[in-house]
Amino acid sequence: MTFYTALVIMGLLGLTLGAIVGVFVKLFKVEQDNRVELALELLPGANCGGCGRAGCADFARALAAGEVTPGNCPVSSVEQRAAIAMALGIDAGPIEMQQAVVCCRADIGAEEMNYNGVQDCNAANLVAGGPTTCRYGCLGLGSCARVCPFGAIEIVGRVAVVHPELCTGCKQCAKVCPRNVIKMVPANANIHIYCNSPEKAAIKRSLCAAGCIGCRKCEKLLPGKIKFDGMLAQIDYDSPDAITQEDIEKCNCPVHGIMSEKERYAVAKNAASGGKRA
Amino acid sequence: MKSSRNVMTFAGGIHPHGDGKSLTCYTPVQNAPLLDKYFVILAQNAGKPPIPVVKKGDRVKKYQLLAAADGAVSANLHSPTSGIVSNIRDIQGTHGVPTSAIEISADGLDEADSPFAPIPDWRHADVDILKQRVIEAGIVGMGGASFPTHVKLSPPEGKSVDTLILNGAECEPYLTADHRLMQEFPEKVIRGAAILGRILNIGNIFVGVEINKLDAIAALEHYAGDYGVKIAYLRVRYPQGSEKQLINAITGRTVRSGTLPMDSGCIVQNVATCAALDDAVTLGIPSVERIVTVTGEVVVKPGNFKLKIGTPALEAVRFAGGITEEPGKLVFGGPMMGFAQRSFQVPVCKNTSGILLIPQKQAYNFESSGCIHCGRCVQGCPMNLVPCLLSTAIEAGRFDLAAENHIMDCMECGSCAYVCPDHRPLIQNVRHAKAELRKQMNASKEK
Amino acid sequence: MTDVDNDNIKLPTGEKLVLSSSPHLSSGSSLRKIMGGVLLALIPQIAASAWLFGMRALFIIFYTAVCCVAAEALWCKLADKDVWRNISDCSACVTGVLLAMCLPVTVPLYVPPLGAILAIWLAKQVYGGIGNNPFNPALVARVGLLIALPAAMTLWTPSRGMKQTNYPEKQLFYTAENIKKINNGEPLDGVSCATPLGVMKSIEKITDRSFKAEDNFTELDSWEMISRYAVGDRAGCLGETCAPALILGFFILVILNLINWKVPVIFIGTVMLITGTVNAIWPGVSPNPLFHLLNGGLLLGAIFMATDMVTSPITGRGCAVFACGCGILTSVIRLWGNYPEGVSFAILFMNALVPLIDRWCGKRPFGFVPKREKVNAHE
Repeated sequence: MTFYTALVIMGLLGLTLGAIVGVFVKLFKVEQDNRVELALELLPGANCGGCGRAGCADFARALAAGEVTPGNCPVSSVEQRAAIAMALGIDAGPIEMQQAVVCCRADIGAEEMNYNGVQDCNAANLVAGGPTTCRYGCLGLGSCARVCPFGAIEIVGRVAVVHPELCTGCKQCAKVCPRNVIKMVPANANIHIYCNSPEKAAIKRSLCAAGCIGCRKCEKLLPGKIKFDGMLAQIDYDSPDAITQEDIEKCNCPVHGIMSEKERYAVAKNAASGGKRA
Repeated sequence: MKSSRNVMTFAGGIHPHGDGKSLTCYTPVQNAPLLDKYFVILAQNAGKPPIPVVKKGDRVKKYQLLAAADGAVSANLHSPTSGIVSNIRDIQGTHGVPTSAIEISADGLDEADSPFAPIPDWRHADVDILKQRVIEAGIVGMGGASFPTHVKLSPPEGKSVDTLILNGAECEPYLTADHRLMQEFPEKVIRGAAILGRILNIGNIFVGVEINKLDAIAALEHYAGDYGVKIAYLRVRYPQGSEKQLINAITGRTVRSGTLPMDSGCIVQNVATCAALDDAVTLGIPSVERIVTVTGEVVVKPGNFKLKIGTPALEAVRFAGGITEEPGKLVFGGPMMGFAQRSFQVPVCKNTSGILLIPQKQAYNFESSGCIHCGRCVQGCPMNLVPCLLSTAIEAGRFDLAAENHIMDCMECGSCAYVCPDHRPLIQNVRHAKAELRKQMNASKEK
Repeated sequence: MTDVDNDNIKLPTGEKLVLSSSPHLSSGSSLRKIMGGVLLALIPQIAASAWLFGMRALFIIFYTAVCCVAAEALWCKLADKDVWRNISDCSACVTGVLLAMCLPVTVPLYVPPLGAILAIWLAKQVYGGIGNNPFNPALVARVGLLIALPAAMTLWTPSRGMKQTNYPEKQLFYTAENIKKINNGEPLDGVSCATPLGVMKSIEKITDRSFKAEDNFTELDSWEMISRYAVGDRAGCLGETCAPALILGFFILVILNLINWKVPVIFIGTVMLITGTVNAIWPGVSPNPLFHLLNGGLLLGAIFMATDMVTSPITGRGCAVFACGCGILTSVIRLWGNYPEGVSFAILFMNALVPLIDRWCGKRPFGFVPKREKVNAHE
């Protein structure tokens, strides 16, 4: 008997509560665009903020509202963008893939400075202008690596190096870097100039052996592919014919500042493992 | 002697043990020999740096104007010696970043040619003339902030200032420049204070001195009566010389968070600033020299030196007899709030009260494994903040939380990091957070 | 111009300059010094426990400390932390000694390693190591062991002075089986007994507990008994019995500026105030406050456990609130709870509240004016 009483009471309780929940679900139903959920599902979901919105959900809402195009998400691949565009029935927008490059070779060119304090680039940069000889170089304390949502930045020795295959171009690292040494370049480019200092050659030379000395040899030998910004050579990524490995050999940079991403990583690894100056 | 007097103080703070003052406080101020070259940094004042009025190759006399103030919050700069302007270029500044400086090759004659005349009868001189003299002489706060003094002397409409406080607390360990100044040139300090009092029309003038400088107090008292200046005895406690703490100790007033001492009716000036002001008024010479403590355990003959601005730190160390071993740190200012320098070529500025060489074994003083919530930083904080929690929030990137907990009230006195048994870089964290918050504020303003 | 011989002056090259933020001085205190100070303050009680309970006490203390250090080293090794740096701050050693202080002298040898794992792994390292643990590691281990192994943790033996006399603790202990053994002339394995607090609980259980009851505790809190408790001559954990040694430890801690003196004083004061009031009004519910002061782990807990820097509040006001809470909970558990001892539960419970206390008992920054007052000022 007791058993049946309990069963009935529990059953009634369950039914009543279920009914109440059902009523309230109907009553307080939030109308939601199913396109938002669809877009959210198709987005990378890293919540990196590279689009300038507060995470992927916000971006999905903006997508559904037509405020942005899938192309505004810098980190999704071309296929992902096409999928989103197709699912929502909108235009994919301009597709420009970017990647980050740390333009510094302080690990092989500059003397290490003694520093004692917080292991954070922004904090360290406030102490006597930062613990590097060069004011424009990478501090190597890894603030960029910590903010990267994709784990694409590795601190090799004393500088940060971007792994291009992991980098999605969300710009978080470039935003956090106090030295502005991280540059955003087209994703398909793989040869860069690894120096960021606009200072005069003599000063630069006294601080770092790997800095661009502004000899303009590369500009003369590779017209159209390399341009000069003051005392600093820069690759013209807008140039129609991209710079190649042969070009690097041809111009034979006196400080070997022009190199491919692969070579840069190898050099950094080598320097970190004790094989000093390149 | 102590018990018969009313010794004033504030809540919180620390008492650094072995404060290193005995290294230098007994030796008289020495005059430094003339150097071949001086590097006069332009940006010696808070605010805008002055604009050079001399060119490369110009011949200048001692006290001649080198750079003229640019706007209201800026200060004139004068030549420390006679010679030729050999260059105007970027050199390593006191904050680690390159900064523009005028290089003067001395001719060894040290010919003086002051651009203005003494005002011996300052008691009856026009206040505007005295004020003008402060501007002309390029006087800035010599305690460390280097804020142009004339800005403080013109309180805005509606703010009444009734108390002038001279800061002779010199609570920073190791530094004795103000101590020696007060002891050897007490009349300058007191007269400078009286001149300031006349400019501001204030009769209520205090000189706050910590009671570990009894000889200086005795010297000051000899003149204090003649000029109607009162001496306030302060307990030996760091940071007794901080503006807000000093006002609180002497007048009992509390400077509210986010307001200036002026809002509480007080103006605080460093004693060295007053001495410079006295020089400018009664002798008619601009601010081109200051007393600098060159000290540290590794210095052979630590002492106080009258250095011309633009003297490189290396030369100052040479005057002090060199070193016994390679130092691990070069600090401009005191050990608690001073700035570590990148090289020995950095020249002395108007606000450089000390050149401190720290031995290598003390150079790496931050090594943290984790806060143990001992609460010593909370006891030590003169602003009643909770540094350990602030620092934890900052390390987690929660600058908003730090702002909520009044991080902007922190004056970076370093008491918390000094007492921290875990040697956490608390002050660096605070600076980092303040910089980030300012960045955010500027960004939101632009929007 | 100068007569100084420049050649003989050694000048700095600036090659070894270190860049760091101010301040460039440090008070010279360190974690190791703090932990060393705590160990120093424990020495009187360690000596007292050796005198009261025999040399095995020293062995247990040493063994537990070694277990804790080993547990810490093992975790750091597994977690890829710097082993030497973590054990060299002596915090694991202090935890070990404090844990040993909470163990009875007869504790089986498998208990301290279990305790060490509870204390170091469960209560400390899973939260991120030193400074991040919300609960006092030694107390977590003690409570864990007390709940898991109650028999091993409450096997009390009489202390040095208790052997011949006929104290109430002893009477209560003798079970029917033991009495039979004695009557048969068989030797006993060992003699054990109850702690006075345990006796108090038993008295409560077997007699009238109501508020109207007459004084049940005349046997326990007579002056003769109190004076015996005062020198630590009673059954109990290694570290809790000898009041003079603990109070000496308190003064060492205060002189070395390692604890806030308010915490023990307010904690003990609250307990004595509550038990004293209850004792005065309803003598059947509680023995007198001196009994509570000298028995159980109140002194040990108040002086060494509640004052643990990591798990107590930061501000002075917070410490007062924390200690007061500990005192109230201890009294309530002792008088009306099921366990005879309430100090460890009380401290652990208040440990959990520390973040809240820190928030509520913050300081008002110098010169800070709350918004409400600002409005008034304008009016």
